[in-house]
Amino acid sequence: MQTLAQTGVLPQVTAVRLWRALALLAVLVLVLGAAALWAGARTLDFAALRSDPMARALFFRLRLPRVVMAALIGSSLAVAGAALQALFRNPLAEPATLGVTGGGGVGASIAIAFGWGARFSGIPVVFLAGFGGALAAVLLVHRIARSGALLLPGALLLAGVVVNLIASAAILAIQYVADSSRALEILRWIIGSVEVIGFDTIWRMLLFLVPCWVALLALSRELHLLAMGEETAGALGVNVERCETAIHVVCSLLVGVTVAVGGAIGFVGLIVPHAVRLLFGEDLRIVLPGSLLMGAAFLIAADLVARTALAPIELPVGAVTALIGGPVFLWLLHRRQRYSAL
Amino acid sequence: MSAILEARDTEFSYASGPAVVRGVSLGVARGQLSALIGPNGCGKSTLVRLFAGLLAPARGEVRFDGTPLRSIPRREAAKRIAYVPQATALAFPFTVLEVVLTGRSPYTARFRFEDDRDRECALRALATVDAAHLAARRVTELSGGERQMVAVARALAQEPQCLLLDEPSAALDLKHRAALVRTLAALRDSRGLTALVVTHDLHLIDPLFDHVFALRGGALLAEGRPHEVLTDAVLGEVYDDPHVRTRRLEGRTLIWSN
Repeated sequence: MQTLAQTGVLPQVTAVRLWRALALLAVLVLVLGAAALWAGARTLDFAALRSDPMARALFFRLRLPRVVMAALIGSSLAVAGAALQALFRNPLAEPATLGVTGGGGVGASIAIAFGWGARFSGIPVVFLAGFGGALAAVLLVHRIARSGALLLPGALLLAGVVVNLIASAAILAIQYVADSSRALEILRWIIGSVEVIGFDTIWRMLLFLVPCWVALLALSRELHLLAMGEETAGALGVNVERCETAIHVVCSLLVGVTVAVGGAIGFVGLIVPHAVRLLFGEDLRIVLPGSLLMGAAFLIAADLVARTALAPIELPVGAVTALIGGPVFLWLLHRRQRYSAL
Repeated sequence: MSAILEARDTEFSYASGPAVVRGVSLGVARGQLSALIGPNGCGKSTLVRLFAGLLAPARGEVRFDGTPLRSIPRREAAKRIAYVPQATALAFPFTVLEVVLTGRSPYTARFRFEDDRDRECALRALATVDAAHLAARRVTELSGGERQMVAVARALAQEPQCLLLDEPSAALDLKHRAALVRTLAALRDSRGLTALVVTHDLHLIDPLFDHVFALRGGALLAEGRPHEVLTDAVLGEVYDDPHVRTRRLEGRTLIWSN
């Protein structure tokens, strides 16, 4: 019989490993956050920040909120991606490839076409519309994948492609019929940006995002088991249907709200969970909180690149993430073809 | 002998389809190794899923130890009943130890990781199925047979009273098929494990199994001790195959189809 001593080489999955991962990633977020706050069209000048009200306003009303916004959107998309990958047992799943971003985009476009400012008891209508669109897309993809998965490998991703096509057609149609100023607004929003003025929108987003993060972290044990297989998870005591529903709703809310604010920023939910897996192992109880932190770091960095790479021209952050994410997707696809069906 | 798992007039059909399990009543005796046989599509897997609590019967009920299964909380049930599904491919390169440790999940509180005791238990389970050497390997790199042994080890790590296996030997070679049945028989003898095994390996049933249930068209056609069920007449009817022949030889039953 083998004893613990003999298998000492095995990685220990313990709280210690989780905290070590989180500490490392927190440092990463802080370092990149500091760099993003410092660098830009004008580098940060501490003396001016103390004396010059204009510089202070620029920092606290523009740069700081922008970095925080990047962190929020990055965290949300990454943790949603990690959860969707586990739920669908597909490493290529993420909000953009599954069409969830597209669905959220349709909802948000409709809301924009009818007027930005509208609120429903303090909640921006565009959040709710984004959530509705994202949820519809998740449910549609889930249904298609479920009915077709046995017949057609890769049905899930094909379903995502189809939903995305429908979504972009719908957004195009909405743009076409909306009046020209609104159409331009939709176009600017689709390109995707984490630009924001002040903290107003951020507080409103946090109201939705924080409960969603907490919910996904609380479900990390169930997601870890679901990643092993639906029947296995069920036999280990997971209420599979209830979990699926909860994860669908939570991920739709995360994606819907972030898409409504930041536009289509793709591939964050693909790259980040994979990077966390490579660094810290497959255990979802580490991958989920790890993705939350690394997602923030990743989008802060992507936005920093977008702002500074071709300064004074600013690139759309969605383009930066897609330029990194596309090749990563292809690499994963190539690697995955070696050992199993999609 | 008392039944640990019991189906009472159980009926089940998948969404809007015809009944897959029709009015089955049977009891899996405590501490016995039972086989569930029958032709493809006769409802064996569905019946086992009903016993595992993964499906709820449309009519009748399933009882564990005299208590209706649906009234037992899922995580409590997972400490008593373990289920190994038909071979499944894993999407993520978990290590073998990680997979087997999920068997400890019913015993682990939310926001907690498995402790050393759980690790010992998982490694013991791996050793029981002769797969301790795989502990650090990635499941995606294993052969189908090795993956199957890992799935069995995961179920054993649940320390269940009752083990349900759905065609565990499908991906196994001759040696490992026999070894798995011997392992189950040894666990029955050493710690009184109850096991219900869906199998097409009829020749491995006698003499290691204690009991055989034969299903056809979703209904229980015959049950009894292996040598009572594994006969030309019963098997011919179960499989609707007049060519089935059996012969008792040195305490075992040989089966073939002409």
